[in-house]
Amino acid sequence: MTTPGVPAVRAAGLHKNFGKVQAVRGLDLTVEQGEVVAFLGPNGAGKTTTIDMILGLSAPDAGEVSIFGHAPRGAIARGQVAAVMQTGGLLRDISVRETVQLTAAMFDSARPVDEVLTRAGILDIADRRVEKCSGGQQQRLRFAMALVSDPGLLILDEPTTGMDVAGRRDFWSAIRDDASRGRTVIFATHYLEEADAYADRIVLVRQGKVVADGTAAQIKNLASGRTVRASLPADDRVLLAGLPAADQVEFDGGRVTVRSADSDSVVRFLLTNTGAHDLEVVANNLEEAFVALTADEAGPATAPTAMEGDRI
Amino acid sequence: MSQGTAIQDRKPSAGGVNATFLWIEIKRMLRNRRTIMFTVLMPAIFFFIFGLSNKNQQLPNGHSYGQYILISLTVYAAMTAATGAGSQVAVERAQGWSRQLRLTPLLPGAYIAVKAAAALTLSLVAVIAQFVIGALAGVTMDAQTWLTAGLVAWVGSLVFAALGLFVGYLMPSQNVMQILGPALAILAMLGGLFMPIEIMGDTFGAIAKFTPAYGIGQLARSPITGEFDALWIVNVLVWLAIFVGGAAMAFRRDTNRV
Repeated sequence: MTTPGVPAVRAAGLHKNFGKVQAVRGLDLTVEQGEVVAFLGPNGAGKTTTIDMILGLSAPDAGEVSIFGHAPRGAIARGQVAAVMQTGGLLRDISVRETVQLTAAMFDSARPVDEVLTRAGILDIADRRVEKCSGGQQQRLRFAMALVSDPGLLILDEPTTGMDVAGRRDFWSAIRDDASRGRTVIFATHYLEEADAYADRIVLVRQGKVVADGTAAQIKNLASGRTVRASLPADDRVLLAGLPAADQVEFDGGRVTVRSADSDSVVRFLLTNTGAHDLEVVANNLEEAFVALTADEAGPATAPTAMEGDRI
Repeated sequence: MSQGTAIQDRKPSAGGVNATFLWIEIKRMLRNRRTIMFTVLMPAIFFFIFGLSNKNQQLPNGHSYGQYILISLTVYAAMTAATGAGSQVAVERAQGWSRQLRLTPLLPGAYIAVKAAAALTLSLVAVIAQFVIGALAGVTMDAQTWLTAGLVAWVGSLVFAALGLFVGYLMPSQNVMQILGPALAILAMLGGLFMPIEIMGDTFGAIAKFTPAYGIGQLARSPITGEFDALWIVNVLVWLAIFVGGAAMAFRRDTNRV
């Protein structure tokens, strides 16, 4: 039985609260087969919580997940999805080879152990105890374990955290080789350059929601405009109805924030038609947008809420 | 690696018990020096301390104290082994291994079954080691007695495998055996495994009957004491039910939280 056209992942309306903290609030995500998707966002954006729900490790408070048309547990039982987690998930007192053997034993059909070790680049340390492996080697071992069932979908949760630059590059080259064979890959990261370099598509998450979704180029275009901020008398707010070229307008106290691809027109309008003063014009780029995103706890004034809801 | 795996739908794996899993589990336990210390070395030392000096004393029914203490300490060795093996789930939870297993088809029931089987393997090692030490030290019993006492100690250790799982799912500690070790020694003492219940006094003697090591100890010594009481079996079954129930509850709580 084949299921062409079924999305690798379909998540709809995911919500998850931990006590009063809303970790994920209304997240929708569809990933088609063969895509390499970066799930980009600052720490605490809800990436890991979302991944846990996609994998069925935790149950969403609301919303639904399917993997290749199956519930998460069904997809896992079929060996269709595997994950490389950030930390843990390894027994320290067994060897690298035993770890892969043990993982392979759980599945009805598994790739040969040596093949998987070779693909992950750890055949030479196969007999080493896991506790003696470096962080990078342990991460490659997690990758090897994920390859065992030859899954159609591979999910990686911040896989290069704690690796040095060379280790990170090697790891990604192994992943990229793998993805080039048609595997669907979703990886969570808070490294912008990783998302830019290795993903076909970037899904930007903030505060438990998707705030932007597109290719790296599209995200850059989205962020290539400028942000205009000004102090504006409250009475003048109504005048902004005639504001040209504004993508998004936000008020915070006496300040107004306007995002626009044509900031010159916005500034001209503000100075000519309103009592705006103390103007600031700031250029955006992906890096800045992302930095602003990660700094989002600092206060509402710095939040790049302009990107909210943008779907390219 | 095959191409186009993504569009190929597959049959779900059964997720049952398998030999490789069990074999690696057993290897892990036997490689663990601390486990071997608790299951083989400590009971052996206890036997030399408590057993050897009094080996030739007589119990009221004419059996030797040496036999009595050897069987009791064998029960102790088996229960320590099984508890220790079961409690390893605490370590595996702390290392995130239980979570990792949830990304495989393995069913929770199969995991528990493998843990129980591994615990029984280790307690079998403990029983055999203790009997060999006892035999070398000069304790003699007829074949029937060796076999019956050994079987009761071994099968009875399942109660403590359940205790180990219970505590292992309850506590996040990596050093769960540092708490369980002394606790087991107290249970063994109260259950009459370190000294005969008859010499414990009325109060402790009465308490002893309700502790989890008591029933197994009495049953295992039955071939040499010549006594039998159905309440001993009730004691074993009630404690088994309590520990299995506790383990199941703690397991559910654990998987809900992760």
